[in-house]
Amino acid sequence: MFIINAPVEEIIEIDHHIYLLKVNAPRITSIIKPGQFLNVRVSERVSPLLRRPFSVCDVDGEHLYLMFNILGEGTNILAHKLKGSEIDILGPLGNGFNIDGNYKTAVIVAGGLGAAPFPYFTRKLNGKKEILSFVGGKSKDDVLTYNLKNVKEATEDGSRGFRGNVVQLLEKNIESLKSKKIKIFACGPTLMLSALKSFCIKNDFDCEVSTECAMACGFGICQGCPIESTTEREKYLLVCKDGPVFNIKDIVI
Amino acid sequence: MNVDLSVNIGSLTLRNPIMLASGTVGYGNEISEFTDLNKLGAIITKSLSLKPRKGNPPQRITETPAGMLNAIGLANVGVEVFLKEKIPFLKKFDVPLICNIAASTIEEYVECTQILTEEETIKAFEINISCPNVREGGLIFGNDLNAVAKITDKVRSATDKPIIIKLSPNVSYIAAFAKAAKENGADAVSAINTLVGTAFNINTRKPKIQNVTGGLSGPAIKPVALAKVLEISKEVEIPIIGIGGIMDWKDVVEFMIAGSSAVQIGTLNFIDPSAPGKIVKQLEEYCEKMAIENISSLTASYIL
Repeated sequence: MFIINAPVEEIIEIDHHIYLLKVNAPRITSIIKPGQFLNVRVSERVSPLLRRPFSVCDVDGEHLYLMFNILGEGTNILAHKLKGSEIDILGPLGNGFNIDGNYKTAVIVAGGLGAAPFPYFTRKLNGKKEILSFVGGKSKDDVLTYNLKNVKEATEDGSRGFRGNVVQLLEKNIESLKSKKIKIFACGPTLMLSALKSFCIKNDFDCEVSTECAMACGFGICQGCPIESTTEREKYLLVCKDGPVFNIKDIVI
Repeated sequence: MNVDLSVNIGSLTLRNPIMLASGTVGYGNEISEFTDLNKLGAIITKSLSLKPRKGNPPQRITETPAGMLNAIGLANVGVEVFLKEKIPFLKKFDVPLICNIAASTIEEYVECTQILTEEETIKAFEINISCPNVREGGLIFGNDLNAVAKITDKVRSATDKPIIIKLSPNVSYIAAFAKAAKENGADAVSAINTLVGTAFNINTRKPKIQNVTGGLSGPAIKPVALAKVLEISKEVEIPIIGIGGIMDWKDVVEFMIAGSSAVQIGTLNFIDPSAPGKIVKQLEEYCEKMAIENISSLTASYIL
């Protein structure tokens, strides 16, 4: 991990209020893995003070893409960065997805902005494994399918695709999933991950999830991002350093 | 011009006044990837307790205007694991190591000190009597003059190494606590620990951190910290290590003018872990420019 000043190449609004920040960052793109993250200092000022963590969305040569929506002051500043300005990025951080293994089909399960790490994941696995993407959201505006393959959509209000949540959509496709040698890779809201954990245990599916938690540093010194472990009850794991990707069986969610 | 950046904290000589604050550098390994620890004045470990502590459940931190609230709850590996697993890495550096000790009882402070003082790598102790985020110990001690006096006295008899008492700003008259520390054998005080604060989510009406209250740090607390340092400096003759929202070399100079012999960098480590090393260099440049031969001459050089 290191700190770089990366020139902004473009800010692209890919969907209703969903942005892609494209920067030139060869030192990072040459080593970063899908599921790892970066901690971005959005301004030099003292407010907003802390860095903002983003998972790597995509990598194309020397170009690094981060996906975000405008949630507050930090992301608002980010959305208005000018082309050519430099942005202070600390990373790569955390552990990415274990994409190797003897499974045949990677099943992506994403809820809302949880789709962010999967374009790069898809790019890396393309041609090596079959990829199925199950993407959900509250309503059609929350379903992000940018650069994903073989997408099945679910919305809770039924405005797009299957009416229901994404885990119910998995249930609906259970026979097909059981007929394949799958591994699930997921990212999304806690409620989705809890339901997914029950689903994976019930069906004995191997599953890795990318988790999130409020954090200050992103590399272990603030101890701000604990997550309960199922194996070691006397201490917490840290989302930033021990994760953000965990086997779903290893964490209490 | 040759600038002398060294400062003394009791019998401890530091090559420069820049120390890394407890709880913002873990046990040194992560931050060593960003800043050369050998260039710093000292590093202070995360608070150590006799037994490992799990710490508070999430959410532990939240950002506030020009600051952050934390309620980590003294999560740490405990004295035994620290000596076995963390010291070997820290031994590799030529930088004074100061252990911060947190405890729930006076006996625990003493026992921790007795165990750690045997380790020669540890050059001094900082006694945390002011953690706002744990139910036992912590602030209960930090708000009680008699407890501060007693802890200082008991820890004093447990070690010959310098003792720094980390003071709480959550008191009406901090100089009284510095005086109690001095009279009971402390070599220095560090000021300030975090200020108790809270923040609510206006939609859920729940506190943003699980512990309800947390410790406020960052540039938001700098003026408070400077006032506390000044108060101690004017009333008690004891070396002060200034802490509170330092973001750059100018803040360091300001803390020294207000009465600090050295300073600790805390929250800044989370944002720019390479900053402490840069600040040392910039301080040297400042001294050259201002024709300051000994940086220690800045201490308490205020003109009121």
